[in-house]
Amino acid sequence: MSRDDLKATFFAECEDLLEQLSEGSQDMIAGTAGEETVHAIFRAVHSIKGAAGAFGLENLVTFAHCFETVLDRVRSGDLVPDTDALHTILRSGDMLADLVELAQTESEEIPEAMPAILDKLNELAGTTAAGDADDAAPQEAQAEEEFFGFQPLVLDPIGDEDGTGDPAESRFRIRLSASSDLFRNGHDPVLLFSELAALGQVETRCDLSALPAAASFDPEHCYLNWDLTVTGQVTEAAIRDVFMFLEDLCEIEEIDGPDTADSVAEIETVAAPTDLDAPVASATMPVAEPVAPAVAEPRAPFEQALAATNAPSPAPMEPPSADRAKSTAKAAASVPQTTLRVDPERVDRLINTVGELIINQAVIAQKLIETGLASNSDIMGDLDDYQYLARELQEGVMAIRAQPVKPLFQRMQRIVREAADGLGKEVVLATEGEATEIDKTLVERLAEPLTHMIRNAVDHGIESPEKRTAAGKPALGTIRLSAAHRSGDVLIEIADDGAGLNRKRILEIAVSKGLVPPDAKLSEGEIDNLLFMAGFSTAEKVTNLSGRGVGMDVVKTAITSLGGKVSISSRPGEGTQFSISLPLTLAVMDGMVIHAAGQTLVAPLSSVLETIRPRAQDVVPFGRQGRLLSIRGTYVPIVHLGHLLGFTADPSISADNILILIRSEHSGQVALAVDDISDQRQVVVKSLEGNYGAIEGISAATILGDGRIALIIDTDAILTLAGDLGRDVSFKEETQHAETAAMG
Amino acid sequence: MPKPQQWAEDEVLEFVTLKAGGQSFCIEITQIREIRRWSPVTALPQAEEAVLGVMNLRGAVIPIVDLAARLGLGECDASPRHVIMVVAVGDKTVGLLVDSVSEILTVSGEQICEAPAMGRGDVPNSILGLISVEDGMSRILSPSVLLPHGFKEVA
Repeated sequence: MSRDDLKATFFAECEDLLEQLSEGSQDMIAGTAGEETVHAIFRAVHSIKGAAGAFGLENLVTFAHCFETVLDRVRSGDLVPDTDALHTILRSGDMLADLVELAQTESEEIPEAMPAILDKLNELAGTTAAGDADDAAPQEAQAEEEFFGFQPLVLDPIGDEDGTGDPAESRFRIRLSASSDLFRNGHDPVLLFSELAALGQVETRCDLSALPAAASFDPEHCYLNWDLTVTGQVTEAAIRDVFMFLEDLCEIEEIDGPDTADSVAEIETVAAPTDLDAPVASATMPVAEPVAPAVAEPRAPFEQALAATNAPSPAPMEPPSADRAKSTAKAAASVPQTTLRVDPERVDRLINTVGELIINQAVIAQKLIETGLASNSDIMGDLDDYQYLARELQEGVMAIRAQPVKPLFQRMQRIVREAADGLGKEVVLATEGEATEIDKTLVERLAEPLTHMIRNAVDHGIESPEKRTAAGKPALGTIRLSAAHRSGDVLIEIADDGAGLNRKRILEIAVSKGLVPPDAKLSEGEIDNLLFMAGFSTAEKVTNLSGRGVGMDVVKTAITSLGGKVSISSRPGEGTQFSISLPLTLAVMDGMVIHAAGQTLVAPLSSVLETIRPRAQDVVPFGRQGRLLSIRGTYVPIVHLGHLLGFTADPSISADNILILIRSEHSGQVALAVDDISDQRQVVVKSLEGNYGAIEGISAATILGDGRIALIIDTDAILTLAGDLGRDVSFKEETQHAETAAMG
Repeated sequence: MPKPQQWAEDEVLEFVTLKAGGQSFCIEITQIREIRRWSPVTALPQAEEAVLGVMNLRGAVIPIVDLAARLGLGECDASPRHVIMVVAVGDKTVGLLVDSVSEILTVSGEQICEAPAMGRGDVPNSILGLISVEDGMSRILSPSVLLPHGFKEVA
């Protein structure tokens, strides 16, 4: 694994950690945070710091360190964060995310806001130790100084050796056995020793007894064991912090302390036991240079090992055995959820293959039926099992791609914070339905439009605190972001409790930009929808947040390209609501297989209301060629599907036709006249646009049991087309009489 | 006659020759994915005439273009004797219905002549160059002309 790969893994992990961080800080703000939450945040920051150090990302290390110090004080109960402090913690999380992002682009830039946040953090850290000087100018701090200049994990400030009122000194013995996991997980003993050195007097003995002959030397394995003695005014907890992620690999024992009896630590040694009686090539080192001689020699293999091994990860991957139960209990508390990191391309490949399997199953089924086998024969039973398993498999694979919208919503929290801060507004984002799962592709591709809409809501929707108070509303504006499943779709709503749309102003702008003629009479809904027109931006001045030349039209385009729809509703003085409805997944859908004019088509089941074989008296003529279906007291236009799509020139509807009543979100209902309905099944959606292009009235294609392609109709577009056609037909001469053969 | 720019003089190139609309054409072999027999396609609504429909190529949906019709040489009445050449154009895949596929030509860049500018609208920029063969010449097809129009509007 190359260094770049390692780095990529690091950033991927950072993403997870930052997510935990942001989740945790939200909980803290909400006041629902337990002790474990603070620990989790602390661990996240600590992990980022550790790994960043390994890559020499100094800005990140410096910042994470200050942040960590504050969190540590919170964790130990030293600091009870007030609102202000919580705000700083939140902003620090954001800043950390920014720094990670900057590091990712290999930029050395320091974000503008960083010094201010650092100052605040230092204030909160209330450091009394000598490290303060460095804290004040953290950017200059070198990675190397970092480990000496700062005292990262000190629970109680370390006074001078001869300080007054100090508790008695303690001595701890630590035995560290480095298995190959140590490096695989991105740890470096040198750094650990440095951290220890900051706690007190450290004596280090390196046990080289396990070192094999050169011939059998495995460069990826570490054969070294260390015996460390820490003397000083340290607590066991402080030492444990240093070895936080290495608990399985080391043994800490207090050998000479104020209250020895109680504090002897029992940590299981799970790594290969060290033979203490073996000849020890050792060096006792002065604290100032804690690692030099003993580690100098094996350094090369270390680096080799580091380069050759896996990425830094927050916890040892495989606590090897014996006392596993105990260590997993601990791990369970610290790692809330085990996840598998998989290249999405592999999942896609799997999904494709499973899709093919489903098609193949259908092909076999069809062929078997054609052989005239009795439906109660054994093989048909087996085939049913096959079908069942294939479906199971498909559902399972699809579930891999499904992701909760939670991370996406959390990102929006940050957007709201930043936007509100920038505009001097007070806004809170309330989220609902975070556990709603949607396809990963959708999650990713929703981020941008959603960001834009949220920013818009803060910028244009929510009024300034003064205006709000004057209008009798609470100064704190609320944006509600919710997700829910609704009839096969995912519905995402963004609602603010702001001033609502200023329709007069919107219309003025639209007129001034020539988007609508000055004398146009538009309904409220039509005016609202002007927002989605290209080149429309209501910001009176270009702010940093919105009005950057991209408007809601970009949002609409993005949503539409995902197969979704966006709509807007607004009430003056009460707020504006945007609704996005999206398909659950882009890959499979339930469809009804129909035939029209010799072609096989699929109608999405989600938009089929019912199928009707109409009685003659239910079909009433309307205009020259038009027909209406009388159903339960209402009249619905009937459209000949084959004619509409151009497969036949004959639009006449015969008594044999079956009608399919479809509806859409906005355009009402229409009855499609088709020749036959043959099946209802799950179909694998295959895009047409990849190799061909968009076709009006057709959303995609699928492959049927016989291996042939059937087109999936786009019900909304069909409704629109039907509307156009209706106008055409009523004015056109009836030119076609004879039945015309279908195309192809 | 000046040489077309895209091929170096000393480059060795392979082309697959084919017949469509009674004329000989060729396509660079690196663009050809596979050659298969004609099988019925699914018609597309609102498609131009040259686009016969779409076909299932191991799970991928690819459009089938009648090459002769596309080049303005009259429609081809598809039968099982006809051949579909599956061609990659950029990251798209398109099937071309042709009369037959003949042989593989191995030529060097210097053997390729530039196609004369005809200045006619019906076959715009579709021929990149000409290669002399025993019984006449073969026209090198430009990949872009092979794409259905519908696709280009979207892209």
